[in-house]
Amino acid sequence: MLIGHQPKEFLLSVEALTVSFDGFKAVNDLSFYVEENEIRVIIGPNGAGKTTVLDLICGKTKATSGSIQFRGQELTRLKENQIVQAGVGRKFQTPSIYDDLTVFENLEISFPRGRTVFGALTFTRDAVVRDRVHEVAEMIFLKDRLNVNAELLSHGQKQWLEIGMLLIQDPELLMLDEPVAGMSVSERAKTAELLNRIIKDRSVLVIEHDMKFVEDIAHKVTVLHQGQILSEGTMEHVQKDPKVIEVYLGH
Amino acid sequence: MTENRFVNRSELIGILLLAAFLVVILPLCLDVFRLNLVAKYLTYAFVALGLVVCWGYCGILSLGQGVFFGLGGYCMAMFLKLEASSVENTKIQSTPGIPDFMDWNQITALPAFWQPFHSLTFTVFAIILVPGLFAFIIGAAMFKRRVGGTYFAIITQAVAAILTILIVGQQGYTGGINGMTDLRTLKGWDIRPDHAKIVLYFFEVGLLFVCIFIAQFIRHSKLGRILVAMREKEDRVRFSGYSVANFKIFAFCVAAMFAAVGGAMFALNVGFMSPSFVGIVPSIEMVIYTAVGGRLSILGAICGTLLVNFAKTSLSESFPELWLFGLGGLFITVVLAFPNGLAGIWTDYVAPRIAGLFTSRKSKSGDGWAEKPVADGAPAE
Repeated sequence: MLIGHQPKEFLLSVEALTVSFDGFKAVNDLSFYVEENEIRVIIGPNGAGKTTVLDLICGKTKATSGSIQFRGQELTRLKENQIVQAGVGRKFQTPSIYDDLTVFENLEISFPRGRTVFGALTFTRDAVVRDRVHEVAEMIFLKDRLNVNAELLSHGQKQWLEIGMLLIQDPELLMLDEPVAGMSVSERAKTAELLNRIIKDRSVLVIEHDMKFVEDIAHKVTVLHQGQILSEGTMEHVQKDPKVIEVYLGH
Repeated sequence: MTENRFVNRSELIGILLLAAFLVVILPLCLDVFRLNLVAKYLTYAFVALGLVVCWGYCGILSLGQGVFFGLGGYCMAMFLKLEASSVENTKIQSTPGIPDFMDWNQITALPAFWQPFHSLTFTVFAIILVPGLFAFIIGAAMFKRRVGGTYFAIITQAVAAILTILIVGQQGYTGGINGMTDLRTLKGWDIRPDHAKIVLYFFEVGLLFVCIFIAQFIRHSKLGRILVAMREKEDRVRFSGYSVANFKIFAFCVAAMFAAVGGAMFALNVGFMSPSFVGIVPSIEMVIYTAVGGRLSILGAICGTLLVNFAKTSLSESFPELWLFGLGGLFITVVLAFPNGLAGIWTDYVAPRIAGLFTSRKSKSGDGWAEKPVADGAPAE
């Protein structure tokens, strides 16, 4: 169809995505594309449908219509665990970790091996696993807390642990829902440093309200409003957009 | 430090104590009649062990374990009943060579599904596989559709009710409400005299320890940690790339197979099998044993089963009407005051004291009773 111009291979192509809850369209005819190694931040007022978009991509919510292509695979037809195995990782808004397990075990469970029932039964904690867990633990500042039960961690450390659990999965597309929310100033700085390190060599989709943080990391920003795209482009472009100023940034 | 895939040190002590109690102390202290009672109680311990895996670790409350206990028991009883219904034994019947209850119900030939139970090998496989397969079907139907929690518990109750009605209704094939009675020999070996009861008791204790080690192996594998993780944050497990439904089906099937082994041992030890061990009430009683002992603890659940059953026997001998109220009251008390049962009391109150006495010896208290300390964390490099 496109003559003389080959369409670019996108890592993630979301096209005409719609989801309706009892007639309310939380996401309405949404299309956007994420390139390889791109860091995309989604911003927007409360209720704009930001988290719903992530839920749709990772399979937590089923789309009413539209398509989500990831490396040529149609994600809307896959189950959650298959989407993870395809290479999509998701961090939730509130830290979602296993309180009754130690930090080591939390990371170990996320290690991408032995994911079937019998794989898990025969899984052995060998040097590869141990080294990787230690490596990740060091990155997320929890090296000396490996044997602590996760429930005893602070809020910020729990957030880091969940980021670490994603990191050990080594996804090609990493989705983060408000990674610095509820953190102290020093934790925030450390998290920004951590994120800047882990977003290399992968595409990242971030939801964040902290504009300073967004400015630091974003390659491209998408502004959502009432389930639709209000504006898209660089941070600079978006900040100057009068529509965006009116509904979101102005106050 | 070596990584042990079965037990940690404190669990090993607990298991050895239990072994000493069951293998040495009880047989020395009790007469054969009482020892046979213990054997009967221990058949429920298999069910309790299964409930630890599926309810304790994985958080799936099944109120229908009697179904699997019953299926295992009936498979065993069918074999024993066929052997007891030899042509010489049943020559006064209008059709000799078939079980007596069939004859009473005007059935003149052995039904096809009874035929394979002439073989002991088939029976042994059936005891494990029939309940296992049934649990797999229920589990797949429920968990793939994400039915869980209370709904799952209610459905398992319904299954228990249905199976009871089916067994009672199909008198000619199942022995109806009376069940299968007058079981006599196992491959020609009489299961009724005292020395046979003693042999069966020890065989049962052996099987119980096999099941304990299977449960320990599951607990200490990554699968065990995934079960615990699922109990807490099912979604996180799903988004770490695991099929939650498959792991739940596995836990439920393991619980069903343990229960079935218990049921089969029940038929051997007690000498009959009836629908009164299949229905809703026995299924709930089995959950109560586990809750009282501690649903997170393998040893706790076994001790709970023994204690509640001792109490049941002694109390219902003296106050038969009061027993059910007592049992209900006990359940409510345990759930409200000690959600982790006797094992929880041990870990929270007794073990720290004991550990306090030995602080100089070891820095951290090991307590194999509850599940928390099982987490072995990162082994030392």
